[in-house]
Amino acid sequence: MKMNSLGWRKTLLTTVAAALMSLTVVTAQAADTIKVGVLHSLSGTMAISETTLKDTVLMMIEEQNKKGGVLGKQLEPVVVDPASNWPLFAEKTRELLEKEQVDVIFGCWTSVSRKSVLPVIEELNGLMFYPVQYEGEESSKNVFYTGAAPNQQAIPAVDYLMNEIGVKRWVLAGTDYVYPRTTNKILESYLKSKGVAEEDIMINYTPFGHSDWQNIVSDIKKFGSEGKKTAVVSTINGDANVPFYKELGNQGVSAEDIPVVAFSVGEEELSGFDTGPLVGHLAAWNYFMSAEAEENDAFIESWHSFIGDENRVTNDPMEATYIGFNLWVQAVEKAGSTEVDKVHDAIIGLETPNLTGGTAKMLANHHLTKPVLIGEIQEDGQFEIVWSTDSEVPGDAWTDFLPESAKVIADWQDESIMCGNYNTETKKCSGQNYE
Amino acid sequence: MLLRRSFWVLILALLSCSMLTLPVQAQSLPDEQHQMTDDFAAVLHKLPKAKFSEKSSLIEQIADQKHAKSEAVLEAMLEARLFYRKSDKIIVFADKVDAGYHIVDVLSDEDYGEIGKRKVKKVSVNNSLRRELKSLIARFQLESEDIEKRTQAIQNIIKSPDPVFAASVARAIDVEQDSAVRQQLLTAQAAVRLVSDDTDKESKIAAIVLLGEVTDKNAIALLAPLVEQKEDGTYVETDEDIRVAAQVSLKKLHEREGMYSIVENLFFGVSLGSVLLLAAVGLAITFGVMGVINMAHGEMIMLGAYTTYVVQLVMPNHIGASLIVAIPAAFLVSGTMGVIIERTVIRHLYGRPLETLLATFGLSLVLQQLVRTIFSPLNRSVITPEWMSGSWHVNGMLSLTYNRLYIIIFSLLVLGGLVLLMRRTFFGLQMRAVTQNRPMASSMGIRTGWVDALTFGLGSGIAGIAGVALSQLTNVGPNLGQAYIIDSFLVVVFGGVGNLFGTFFAAMSLGIANKFFEPLVGAVLAKILILVFIILFIQRRPRGLFAIKGRFVED
Amino acid sequence: MKNGLINTLLKDDKASQRFILILMAVSILVPILNLLVPESWPIHVSTYTVTLLGKYLCFALLALAVDLIWGYCGILSLGHGAFFALGGYAMGMYLMRQIGDRGVYGNPELPDFMVFLNWQELPWYWYGFDNFGFAMLMVLLVPGLLAFVFGWFAFRSRVTGVYLSIITQAMTYALMLAFFRNEMGFGGNNGLTDFKDILGFDLQSDYTRCTLFFLTALSLALAYLACIGIVKSKLGRVLVAIRDAESRTRFMGYRVEHYKLFVFVFSAVLAGIAGAFYVPQVGIINPGEFTPINSIEIIIWVAIGGRGTLYGAVIGAILVNYGKTWFTGAFPELWLFMLGGLFVVATIYLPQGIKGLFDKWQSRQNTATPTAGA
Repeated sequence: MKMNSLGWRKTLLTTVAAALMSLTVVTAQAADTIKVGVLHSLSGTMAISETTLKDTVLMMIEEQNKKGGVLGKQLEPVVVDPASNWPLFAEKTRELLEKEQVDVIFGCWTSVSRKSVLPVIEELNGLMFYPVQYEGEESSKNVFYTGAAPNQQAIPAVDYLMNEIGVKRWVLAGTDYVYPRTTNKILESYLKSKGVAEEDIMINYTPFGHSDWQNIVSDIKKFGSEGKKTAVVSTINGDANVPFYKELGNQGVSAEDIPVVAFSVGEEELSGFDTGPLVGHLAAWNYFMSAEAEENDAFIESWHSFIGDENRVTNDPMEATYIGFNLWVQAVEKAGSTEVDKVHDAIIGLETPNLTGGTAKMLANHHLTKPVLIGEIQEDGQFEIVWSTDSEVPGDAWTDFLPESAKVIADWQDESIMCGNYNTETKKCSGQNYE
Repeated sequence: MLLRRSFWVLILALLSCSMLTLPVQAQSLPDEQHQMTDDFAAVLHKLPKAKFSEKSSLIEQIADQKHAKSEAVLEAMLEARLFYRKSDKIIVFADKVDAGYHIVDVLSDEDYGEIGKRKVKKVSVNNSLRRELKSLIARFQLESEDIEKRTQAIQNIIKSPDPVFAASVARAIDVEQDSAVRQQLLTAQAAVRLVSDDTDKESKIAAIVLLGEVTDKNAIALLAPLVEQKEDGTYVETDEDIRVAAQVSLKKLHEREGMYSIVENLFFGVSLGSVLLLAAVGLAITFGVMGVINMAHGEMIMLGAYTTYVVQLVMPNHIGASLIVAIPAAFLVSGTMGVIIERTVIRHLYGRPLETLLATFGLSLVLQQLVRTIFSPLNRSVITPEWMSGSWHVNGMLSLTYNRLYIIIFSLLVLGGLVLLMRRTFFGLQMRAVTQNRPMASSMGIRTGWVDALTFGLGSGIAGIAGVALSQLTNVGPNLGQAYIIDSFLVVVFGGVGNLFGTFFAAMSLGIANKFFEPLVGAVLAKILILVFIILFIQRRPRGLFAIKGRFVED
Repeated sequence: MKNGLINTLLKDDKASQRFILILMAVSILVPILNLLVPESWPIHVSTYTVTLLGKYLCFALLALAVDLIWGYCGILSLGHGAFFALGGYAMGMYLMRQIGDRGVYGNPELPDFMVFLNWQELPWYWYGFDNFGFAMLMVLLVPGLLAFVFGWFAFRSRVTGVYLSIITQAMTYALMLAFFRNEMGFGGNNGLTDFKDILGFDLQSDYTRCTLFFLTALSLALAYLACIGIVKSKLGRVLVAIRDAESRTRFMGYRVEHYKLFVFVFSAVLAGIAGAFYVPQVGIINPGEFTPINSIEIIIWVAIGGRGTLYGAVIGAILVNYGKTWFTGAFPELWLFMLGGLFVVATIYLPQGIKGLFDKWQSRQNTATPTAGA
């Protein structure tokens, strides 16, 4: 009996030791490279969109290395796959920061993945660039938002429809998640402030991947046949778009009758569409591949040679990744270090050319200045730019069109504020874990 | 002088361009026409640089000039076929060919041959221009020989009526022979009268009454402004008689619309049902008949959809036919994959049905990643052929989309074919024998192994066919299969495992129920309600709608 | 007394003895190596590893719950992810209320997602969740009640086999759709995040993490003992009888549906507890946990580990998840091939799972050296 218990105590110890060894972090890192984490889903539902961004970051890294790297060191990408699984995003962030000790992370697409990453990146004081348009209502010390805030996409688009097209009735159609909900709340309050009546706004939400749009398109048709110019503002996400537009086309809703302006349909999404029936429908972005600028031509050329396919398109989140990457490189060079706090201080106020011929400036609220462009879908899957703002619009982290949010501002430069959610009424920042 | 110029043009053209047709001989034109052509050319010349707002007046001028080419130019502009050559800003008609465009001079009809993609640029149009173009073209086509063009023109006038059409519509009514088209013309006339200021009250009311009788959604749009209230409560239309007439007409129209929307909803339901049927009927064989919990069923659908995509790549110039070719191709691809899966994996798992779930789930992950590796994770664009797009206008208030119509018919054909195969062929007999009593079938000399493989292949092949149909409705991407797998299982279980007609009834009733819930509670709740209903239903009838009776069902 | 009970439970069950001991050793060693050993030492366990192991243990508890009903009673539930997620949501709601006025808008009552969607007051079903005791009760009650109602209907109508699997799948699917809706008041797609502390302890401190880890391991051990208790009792034998021949058991006079209902509810409660431990450790709960795929994965952990042996389920859960962590980091493009291939190979060649492999290996060793034990 005694022998036996001794025997399995030994087994136990070896097993535990083996298990721990395999998981234990090897910390000693050679300091001759700068590690760049890439946190984009390569499998699962979001792989469709995110894989391209992974490639974009890899391309930027390759180009930067050709130019001699940063601070004389080569950049080394660390790619992981969070597999469109939100808790896995948090886990992989921790892996990147603790185990791989990366200096910066480029990643996330959906808001929920960003929300999942947020506590980890704040706890470990990491640095992340988030390249997708989103609902706003956030400004973390450790995240830079290089996509559009609602005032850089939704509101100018509605202005365009209202003033240039004369739209009087509005269908706000979206997938039922936070970005459309918030955007539509903002738009609803904005439209009402412009004198649009309650009954002239129709709001509709559908689940993710909704594929049967027959009723909804038929309802939109009815709503639009009441004699006033009608437009659809679409925050429909991802896979649901193809069946939606197909149904629109088949039921004979043309862009001249009821234009659809989309905030989530870009060149890449269109490459999976049969664009014939969509010609004339609109999208609002801060970048279109068809933009005429030298930087854009160069970017497209290097993208094509990197990916080895002349037919691949570029899109807005890629531009946001491009801007974010360039700003980070500039900030690191300016700070002379990759330390997060130094880079953070250096990056605010920096400017870099965007791909549409203007400049993007990093603001104190961690958002960018961006031009807003409206494009019409063309037969070839590109957008014809039909309207743009005169100058860049500064991103607003907290919208002015929701009562609770209107009181809040973000400022990471002003020493007296230094906070992502400063309440201008109570003069307080709540819930910030860091000093 | 003219002669000399055209002579030089000819020489130059001969020198520079090997393939060429003789330019139109300018000297044969009368002076007046010649003057017109110059004006026309001048307007055209302004197009490349004009802003959208300027283009609007330019296209009006083009239409007003009534040049022989006016209609063609406007149509080309609408169809995005009007380009200009970047080098000399000459306006051309362009048709897409492999490497670029085949361009023809607008004025001279001179054929410039093929030109690279980047050497020409499209004369861009936006939505408001497109709308204007349609209405301008309508002027030319109101008396067109082609009845379809005529109807289209009338529809465009009804959509955006303008007093300028009054004369041409009246003339068209006089000459129109076809009674249905004539009826539409009368509607158009009423619409035009409604919007023009110099119509007297009586004919305005007559127009309103007439519009109240037509079965056309556009009539609602025309009448609605008449009953509209301003913010201060007063009406936009000041004349009460007109307002009352409009209210009466609108009420009639809304009633009619309500009636047709029930018919429409029924169609939506049947169409959703047919999609469910297509997705599930393959599973009714692999799962229902063979008892394999085939989690890779969705991926078989996906393979079928990708096959459609590949077939289109292979025959880019015959999109219409490619869809027909894709049906057997998809059946073969998915079917072969099914046979392979059966022989390598499922074969080892008979008698352990729950474990087939695990293995096929693993396979589904592998297959998804496989297409992701081969075709990239991006969705692929499958083009809808001409004959499947658009809708069948039953009347102005009811139109049924062609793709849905075809898919309903197609799903019924597939089901019918399958039933015949199971009931009327020797293979079907063997199949039923093996699934009902394997040892007995085996001792009667049936090669059960092959029957299993072919049955599984059949189920998978039919899933592939479903993929062809789904490629016309939704995304072709790696996640396609995932979207349908759960629904498919529910349909099969709800209908009763092993019963094809059960599957049919289940698919149709779920589709229709879903579409009638949807307007009431929204898309998400409708789906949840259906799921709860199925759960409760299975409690009442644990073996589904049409349970197979007899001893062998117990374990 | 308690020791005595454990002794009787584990008597002659060397595998379980080993398992419990390893588990307890890990649950003590890991926190020590994380908290007390300096970071520079090679045997230091990083916080990353602690949270990772904590997550694995939650999954192990979930796998245990599934194995109890599938391995011992033949009920293949494709909806256990739902019970797990419900337990998680109950815990998440407590953690949300703990945030208090530290949310970004500083609203003392409403969680952030309600504030910016303009909700005016807290929905009634959120009441009480600021109380830890109540929330923990809900962790047990909500999955338990759902399982009771669902099972009561299903088992009474003798829904069995595949049919039961499919309707459990429909259940989790319906719940997923429901929780995705923002109107439900559970945060929609974003779910519940940004937790600050639990019972006043900061969730981001290593001490809290290690405590949570220890408690997870402890409850896994307790749940294991409870399952062993069930399996070895007369009840357990009836369950196996139901698994192997349900009708025959019924004809012998056993109320099959009562047995099934009991074990189904018990298993759902275990799954709920697993969910409750999971949420504070990974920091987020969202409707993604309800996806039917997740529930299928649980089945796969159990099958790979070896169904019908409790420790096999635990090993399966830990191994498959470790594989996932490793593959997604090391071979981001290929990992689905490996995982999918693993499932296929395991089902064909390892019908008894890893545990079966282990048994075979052991028996071969025993026959090779028959005197090794002497």
